[in-house]
Amino acid sequence: MIRERYLNLAIMLALLAVPLWAWVSDEPFTITLATRVAILALAGVGLNLALGLGGLVSLGHAAFFGLGGYAMGILAHHAQTYTPLMESPFLIEGTKSMPVIWLVAVLVSALAAFAIGLLSLRTTGVYFIMITLAFGQMFYYFTISWPAYGGEDGLSIYVRNGFPGLNTLDPIQFFGLVYGVLALVLVFSATLARSRFGLALAAARQNEERVRTVGLDAFRLRLMAFTISGAITGLAGALMADLNRFVSPTMFSWHMSGEFIVFIILGGVGRLFGPVVGAGLFIILEHILGGLSEFWMIYLGALLLAVVLFARGGLIGAFSGPEVGHD
Amino acid sequence: MSLLELSSIAAHYGPSQALFDINLSVAEGEVVALMGRNGMGKTTTIKVICRMLTESSGAIRFAGKDMARVPSHRAARAGIGLVPEGRRCFPNLDVRENLIAAARPGEWTMDRVTDLFPRLAERADQMAVSLSGGEQQMLAIGRALMTNPSLLILDEATEGLAPVVRHEIWAAIARLKADTGLAIIVVDKSIRELRGVADRAVIIERGRSVWSGGFSDLHHDITERYLGV
Repeated sequence: MIRERYLNLAIMLALLAVPLWAWVSDEPFTITLATRVAILALAGVGLNLALGLGGLVSLGHAAFFGLGGYAMGILAHHAQTYTPLMESPFLIEGTKSMPVIWLVAVLVSALAAFAIGLLSLRTTGVYFIMITLAFGQMFYYFTISWPAYGGEDGLSIYVRNGFPGLNTLDPIQFFGLVYGVLALVLVFSATLARSRFGLALAAARQNEERVRTVGLDAFRLRLMAFTISGAITGLAGALMADLNRFVSPTMFSWHMSGEFIVFIILGGVGRLFGPVVGAGLFIILEHILGGLSEFWMIYLGALLLAVVLFARGGLIGAFSGPEVGHD
Repeated sequence: MSLLELSSIAAHYGPSQALFDINLSVAEGEVVALMGRNGMGKTTTIKVICRMLTESSGAIRFAGKDMARVPSHRAARAGIGLVPEGRRCFPNLDVRENLIAAARPGEWTMDRVTDLFPRLAERADQMAVSLSGGEQQMLAIGRALMTNPSLLILDEATEGLAPVVRHEIWAAIARLKADTGLAIIVVDKSIRELRGVADRAVIIERGRSVWSGGFSDLHHDITERYLGV
């Protein structure tokens, strides 16, 4: 068995090596695929905080992914069309600055996650899954019937937003930016898991009554985790919108939420790099098998079944053994 | 002045009444033994004190405050530390993490807990699930102490443990009594050991507190009548 920290390092290096090789070989499409993996991994890392650490099986995280995406889409659309977002009571204009868009995406997603969590975390189990799903679908149908920003057709952004000191239209530079964000969020996630908050959240997942007897409010812990988780997924949504230069209601679809859960299960629930491995494998399968058959998801289903039955710690667990502490 | 005061407490589990009339007071720094046969309401009384079960009538005051509407996590923050029956640690956290997760500011720190139970220092990086029963109990006591309580409740803390480990736990309780001003409620069946550490005993019989007094007054006819020994 390989120690998990070495495996994590190898995964991070592999995710960096592939686009670098593609850059040298002049294969921009492969760089875009790697960027997509990093962004989806970021969304998965966000969900993993709620699902893996807090035991909250949310089928509505696409809501935050979509909100992040639309935050980017709306701000960039107004900047490109030189129309203000709002004129009264005060003027708000669009922007093409990625840091500003990220900040808005994080704040909007966090706020939505807080509100949704406030209502849905009063339930558990299948009810929690259904309520989060319902919230996600509410956003989905709302954007479909919102003609101001493209309705069902979505919203195209002609030029990728800017980041100081970088040419974001260059695939390798945009990948580098996304990779850096992913690395920072992974460090943040690992730190959070080892903090008193993370330990208390894990304890609440194991036994809610016991955490109350040591003075911890399980509801507040979960609400905070759900909010942070939503904010990270929202950031991933903003990056995905910038990668595609397009946002549409499908970002809110429950299929998207399901895909995030698949990444986590494939890689390993609660494992720091689980979503990175899961997202990588998903994109590889989609790319290779998708070229052979439009029914490629049958093979993904079989793989998922095999992982659930034979590798409960996901692929990370299969290579590094069952979780011991928080390696 | 009493730190904890329970007056005429009645409590139900759904339609079934478990407590009928519990009166109990614990002064600061006092060690009280809560005694009674199985199923008489000792653990239910503890659940009421820790606010895990709401009384249907009666009054409960802790440190001068009415606890009627206080949820269980706030009761713990107010200073009620519980070592629950059955050595309930957080199994998938290691020893250090179990203690850190519960820590609240105060005089009880990791160092002080490991000074009381040196074995926990040796097992600091070991998962709680892999500890022996005695070590899990020490961890459960340590975890409760890390919340820096002013009242510690030990529910069947030595049940099912080997004699040598039981001795260690009783020694730790005696040390807590001698070295700290901690008020303690101990639920246990071992009268001999309770006599060694407790200042007073309260006996519960069919959901009622039927006897209260010093161990010198706990004569054979009382123990035979209420405890069956």
